[in-house]
Amino acid sequence: MQTEAAAPEIAPLATDRGRKWRAVLGRWETLLAGLLVVTAIAGQSISPEFLTTDSFTTGSLDLSEIALMALPLAMVIIAAEIDLSVASVLALSSAVMAYLWSHGQPIEMIIPICVAVGALCGAFNGVLVTRFGLPSLAVTIGTLALFRGLAFVVIGDESVTDFSTAWTDRAFGNFAGTFIPNTMVLFAVLAVAFAVLLHATPFGRSIYAVGANEEAAYFSGLRVKRIKLILFTLSGAVAGLAGGVISLRNSTGAANVGQGFELTVVTAVLLGGISIFGGRGTIAGVILALLLLGGIQKALLLSESISSYWVQIVTGALLVGSVLGPNLARRVADTRRRRSHPLQEVGL
Amino acid sequence: MKSARPHAMRVFLVALALLAALAFAACGDTQDDESDNASESASQEGRADPNAPLKKGLKTVSIPKQLGNPYEEFEHSGVDEALQELDGSNRISGPTDAGASTQIPLINAAVQQKADAIIIAGNDPNAVAPALKQAAQRGVKVVGMDSDVAPDARSVFVNQVTTQLVGENQVESIGKQIDYKGDIAILSATANATNQNAWIDVMKETLKKPKYKDMKLVKIAYGDDDDQKSFQETQGLIQAYPNLAGIISPTTVGVAAAARYLSTSPQKGKLKLTGLGFPNQMRKFVKDGTVDEFQLWVPKDVGYLAGQAAVALASGVITGAEGEKFKAGRLGEYTIGKNGEIVLGPLTTFKADNIDEFDF
Repeated sequence: MQTEAAAPEIAPLATDRGRKWRAVLGRWETLLAGLLVVTAIAGQSISPEFLTTDSFTTGSLDLSEIALMALPLAMVIIAAEIDLSVASVLALSSAVMAYLWSHGQPIEMIIPICVAVGALCGAFNGVLVTRFGLPSLAVTIGTLALFRGLAFVVIGDESVTDFSTAWTDRAFGNFAGTFIPNTMVLFAVLAVAFAVLLHATPFGRSIYAVGANEEAAYFSGLRVKRIKLILFTLSGAVAGLAGGVISLRNSTGAANVGQGFELTVVTAVLLGGISIFGGRGTIAGVILALLLLGGIQKALLLSESISSYWVQIVTGALLVGSVLGPNLARRVADTRRRRSHPLQEVGL
Repeated sequence: MKSARPHAMRVFLVALALLAALAFAACGDTQDDESDNASESASQEGRADPNAPLKKGLKTVSIPKQLGNPYEEFEHSGVDEALQELDGSNRISGPTDAGASTQIPLINAAVQQKADAIIIAGNDPNAVAPALKQAAQRGVKVVGMDSDVAPDARSVFVNQVTTQLVGENQVESIGKQIDYKGDIAILSATANATNQNAWIDVMKETLKKPKYKDMKLVKIAYGDDDDQKSFQETQGLIQAYPNLAGIISPTTVGVAAAARYLSTSPQKGKLKLTGLGFPNQMRKFVKDGTVDEFQLWVPKDVGYLAGQAAVALASGVITGAEGEKFKAGRLGEYTIGKNGEIVLGPLTTFKADNIDEFDF
């Protein structure tokens, strides 16, 4: 929807169909799909093992928690806020899980508690941002340290590794004889739910409105603070769930899991075309970005000569690129528009 | 806004279709592994044949805990040496941080690349176990070394020295230096490193012996095998326990950082430091009197032995059962002990008078 508004000005003489094509081609998602094809070709030339079911199974399993946490974070960023504490919430959830399991609670009981703990953390972020009017960047950098610290308070330096194998097999295994990991099925369900919530409900539209122009949204009657509070709580809740998933998937509940995950999650979201300034982006874009990120990581892993340091370098470069790219594109479009319509500038 | 919804849904559907397409495109390639397995399962299930010829051209992948740790690099260079000697090749593939699960993607990649064996120093014994078991199911031999993984997830484990010996030797080393009297502290690596914790347990046990009754362990600090953090933790220990007589740091990063801190502090020479360190890193601290002695095995030999064991496993000379013997090149013959453990040997003590004989 962002590019459509600009389209008539860029190509005033183009036919209707041409305009449509331009709109599709100009979309971020199209660019990602193109990059995905490039990655597939490059990956296959790096290793003949790249385009295999194995790659998908193991590659997507590695990104399970990142993928889960990216969904609500996308909505938070569309609302022009940010949540950098997700990886620490995940760690706190993992620590809580370890603590409860070692105190004899069943997993069926623990998972809802993990989600609740996450939601509580998220709500805490949300209250600080909305009721105290603090910038979410500062708040969640603070809670990034705070929640991680709490995780160490809960379980200390210990790690719990004796979770019931029925559950760890479930978290590690594939869905009903296919090559798709169970965690990806969970992700798919949540992705559909979040896509519907964001793209097909009044609540979803109000998130865009808040992110595009908070004041305008407020004066048109949207309960801006409540919307943001809900988003932070959702982000926390899903991070809590991801904490349960990572503990079972790796058979390890500890306070030091998921160090640095926040960087990868934010990268996935921004690479997915969610504007860091809010108001733009789709869940589809985030899914494409996750596929791209997973594909690149797998290709680097399968390479016999590239060190795994490159995974970090590439992740960082993608993060910068996904913020820089749209900005440059807009600037180019602006200059071009000004050149073709010099009179518009003086208001004629 | 109104036009946004159908459009967004459409894009979403396109993305789903793409996902499905990618999945189907990927479907072609599961068959060829099966035939590999069939031929290999014979030697896998069969009994060890001590006289089987060693296979040539074997490909192994060795997975250190983390890239950039000199100790790890040196250890894994031993795997390279063994494989080269036996006409095979080894590739070192490590994670950028020592998190519990960071080795899993590397294990999976090694399996996909059809490595004959994986040699791994585990960051977390259980986190990597499911991935290693899957690797074994597909005919990849698994050798643990240095820091063990869950015993049912590997065939053999190459231990640099017994846990018991490290704990005892280290306590004796510090005890000797402080006349068996006073407060001591331990500066460890990460809190869930298997080997560190096992050594620390033995140190605690050893300290209960009558000989060490006047020595008291007051604190275990964790420097996370990070130079800066270890340096700060040393500083913290000295501030918190002004009467501290000695520090044991059973990690090369920790002991070097602690020595660096002590070398410029007023406690230099008074507060005794021992640990597991590299001669090259510790040489100047031994020569300037900061450190009297420290200990270690030769890490390259650990990797070398693990490489030899990996080739012996892949060739069917051993299966990992207790009592099996194999020849490990320049190190001579080894026998597999309980739980598939192979012990390299006792600790070496480095002092001013012998340190120059070692260059690593």
